[in-house]
Amino acid sequence: MADGLITLTIDGVPVHVPSGTLVIEAAKQAGVLVPHYCYHPGLPVAGVCRMCLVEVEKQPKLAIACATPVAEGMVVRTQSAPAKRARTSVLEFLLINHPLDCPICDQAGECELQDFTFQEGRPGTRYSPDYPKRFNPVEDFGPDILYVPNRCILCTRCVRFMEDVAQEPVLNVSERGDRAFIGIHPQGRLDHPWAGNVVDLCPVGSLLSKDFLHKARAWELDRTASICTGCSQGCNVTLDTRDDVVVRVRPRQNLEVNRYFICDHGRANYRWMNRGDRVEAPLVKQAGSEGYRAVDWDEALDRVRIIVGGASGKAVAFASPRAATEALFLARHLLGGFDWTGAFQLVMGDEEPLAGVPNLALRAERAPNVHGAELLGYTRDMSAALQAAEQSAVVFVLDDPQVSVRTAGAVIYLGTVMPEADGATPDVILPITNVAEEEGTFVNRDGRVQRYFQAKPAPGMARPAWWVLGELLEGTGNGARGMPLACAADVFDLMAESMEAFGGLSYAKLGLVGRTLGQGAGVPA
Amino acid sequence: MGFPHTPHPRETLVLSKHFGDTDARTYKGWVKRGGYEMLNQALAMEPAAIIEEVKASGLRGRGGAGFPTGLKWSFMPREKKKPHYLCVNADESEPGTFKDREIMRWTPHGLLEGTAIAAHAIQADVTYIYIRGEFTEAWDIMERALAEANAAGVFGKIKIYLHRGAGAYICGEETAMMNSIEGKRGNPRIKPPFPAAAGLFGMPTTINNVETLAAVPLILENGAAWYKGLCLSNPKSTGTKLLSVCGHVQKPGNYEVTMGFPLKDLLYDLCGGMRPGRTLKAVIPGGSSVPILNREEAESTLLDYEGCVEKGTMLGSGGVIVFDDSADLVYQIMRLARFYAHESCAQCTQCREGTAWTTKILERILAGQGKMADLDLLLDLADNMTGKTICVLSDSCAAPVVSGIKKFRNEFEAYITGNRKPVIAA
Repeated sequence: MADGLITLTIDGVPVHVPSGTLVIEAAKQAGVLVPHYCYHPGLPVAGVCRMCLVEVEKQPKLAIACATPVAEGMVVRTQSAPAKRARTSVLEFLLINHPLDCPICDQAGECELQDFTFQEGRPGTRYSPDYPKRFNPVEDFGPDILYVPNRCILCTRCVRFMEDVAQEPVLNVSERGDRAFIGIHPQGRLDHPWAGNVVDLCPVGSLLSKDFLHKARAWELDRTASICTGCSQGCNVTLDTRDDVVVRVRPRQNLEVNRYFICDHGRANYRWMNRGDRVEAPLVKQAGSEGYRAVDWDEALDRVRIIVGGASGKAVAFASPRAATEALFLARHLLGGFDWTGAFQLVMGDEEPLAGVPNLALRAERAPNVHGAELLGYTRDMSAALQAAEQSAVVFVLDDPQVSVRTAGAVIYLGTVMPEADGATPDVILPITNVAEEEGTFVNRDGRVQRYFQAKPAPGMARPAWWVLGELLEGTGNGARGMPLACAADVFDLMAESMEAFGGLSYAKLGLVGRTLGQGAGVPA
Repeated sequence: MGFPHTPHPRETLVLSKHFGDTDARTYKGWVKRGGYEMLNQALAMEPAAIIEEVKASGLRGRGGAGFPTGLKWSFMPREKKKPHYLCVNADESEPGTFKDREIMRWTPHGLLEGTAIAAHAIQADVTYIYIRGEFTEAWDIMERALAEANAAGVFGKIKIYLHRGAGAYICGEETAMMNSIEGKRGNPRIKPPFPAAAGLFGMPTTINNVETLAAVPLILENGAAWYKGLCLSNPKSTGTKLLSVCGHVQKPGNYEVTMGFPLKDLLYDLCGGMRPGRTLKAVIPGGSSVPILNREEAESTLLDYEGCVEKGTMLGSGGVIVFDDSADLVYQIMRLARFYAHESCAQCTQCREGTAWTTKILERILAGQGKMADLDLLLDLADNMTGKTICVLSDSCAAPVVSGIKKFRNEFEAYITGNRKPVIAA
């Protein structure tokens, strides 16, 4: 074709794909999922499970869709009798040594062996109950990984991930024939910083996360698109919640950021989202005492409005680089009339790259919105900000219980938990939501702004920081748009209007994979 | 050290002319017999001219597939942009086959000469001769011969290395062999890419069998027309074939006959026929991977590529396995299946699970616990195992099962109905 695309037909549906595309990928465009196990778009092709056998017109034998490149005029049939029969037989072969222990298997409900067996497997077995099944004991592969060899279908995804993507080849296929199993180097452990991906890659319940072991059944989980808060890479993740408790973090495909993978640091970084010791009501300091009084939002907000409205001069905002861009923006906006300083403290760690994927690593900057905060004028210079705070009229602390402030002015604290550091006690404590309880955006280290979604309800009276700051903004008349900020998207729109870098963007445009910001550095108008 | 039999007058001694002659093994002895002259001539020839000559001779691969050798060589890039490799398949792992072993034992320099000519023809920088690990004697002889030839400097720029296998049947499959040489697990690779495009170390590679290459100097010496003239039946099958005959014949051994030679004459004349009082029951003509012939088919088969295909089997590697009426074919087929189950590389599902399942069913039948439905199940499994995997090991396991049940169903049924006593424990 003139546009360099190849036209072929898959199950009667014409598709146009670039030359070199594999049939299994082209089929997705036709809305056809060719059943498969060993194929994974993030791994080199192995072609061993033989599950994706399809009929290609004018070819004498069935072809595996995962290793067959498209050709002009090719006619592919995934549902022809020989193709279906071949796949049914592969399923039969896979099941003869499979324990069928789905009732106690973590993978049940999200198991590709289960799914395709339901779809096109045989209703019964022809394997005699007198024949023993292959048995090997469960092995401890790594800090978070168990190997259950009896369930293994030897697709070799884990072996290829460790060899070609992590580039630390500790796994192999050991033995031959039906005695084969996944072997681990006798002196090796599956403890690579990205090793946990083998659990996601495993199409069956053979590689399991100890952390998630027997914690939930797949069908009890609610899944929410989110962004990992572990570092500034901004890996796209899915938060799995069970009864409003986050129980698992898994990678969510984003070819521009993290492809199909997340690191183990990010994978384990969720327990704090379920913390029980939360601030559940707005608290105001009681006159003449050390204690706080729980109040309703109106009273708390009025109190803050009075403090902010009656002050002038210097103001400092200490904001967590884990806070949403929207909150960071509004905090700055709210203090627009002051001589403003914004700063954040950043935890640093070791950089842990994933060798086989360019520009993917657990970053040294262990917070998701460092770039967003800097874009909005917050700096890493904590000492200057702490110094400025001493003479400030108002100090805002946004979602950072560790910051120890000394000031002559008022301290407004927005947080999920009570302040943990010494220093000035806040005048007002406003309970806010965490990343799992609100909508928002982060800007990653490459300037990509990405949305995260609400996975569970907030505890007590906690509200998103953007709502709290938006309400305060209404009262001060400081830059309000004449209409209330009803949702996070409204805040983003306001930001897009006033900041060049965000210009032209909206939640709808960001979608599930985000957009890279324009080059122009922006400050509030 | 076993010596070969005295040649039968009906044999055509081309490759086996010096079998049994210990002097021919030495470099001096080989040169005395005119050896390495063809290599010297070939090194002065244009590679394309050698390829044309081999094409004209009709020489086809003796490893099993019978692919035209000259055509295979011509697939190598003519304009060399990357290093080229030649691999010599001396793994000879096919059960019932032992011809390459004899070539290496008796005429190691003949193989080295053919190898060097082929390397020149395909412009290979480096050649690996992959020798089956169990061939200890052949290995020693080849090592000595290579050292002698290197000392004499006959190979010019061509480097030849011996590489020892470690006992895996599958490493005789050309792509598995390449992985094995590279130091990887001997798993067959998906084709395409074919070796001539991306083979050993990702470079253009040709893989030839020992017997194929051993014939090359003789083709150059006597001319393509001479070789093409060695043909008793179909003109597409030319030259001679070494047949490794084993099993129930009076005189098993390697026999070299012209292509198209009747299997019947091989068995009853050259091999001295069945043992006294025994009659022929079945023959596997081309190594364990090909379908079994019953007596009628065997006695009318002409031994060349087409002649075997006509009877629904293949010439394969030329490993002729003979069964007389005392043979228990159910047991024999189980042993073959067990071999394939043991040797499956475990990559493809059908092969990994199918070979083992097939073996289990056959074992149960032999233990007197089979069911009639097992026979249909075996056939269905065999069908599911055929033509659906990366290499043909799975097909090879299915072939004897299918042909065995088709041709000797009554023997299977006898175990199932209890007319035959179980021969193995359940």
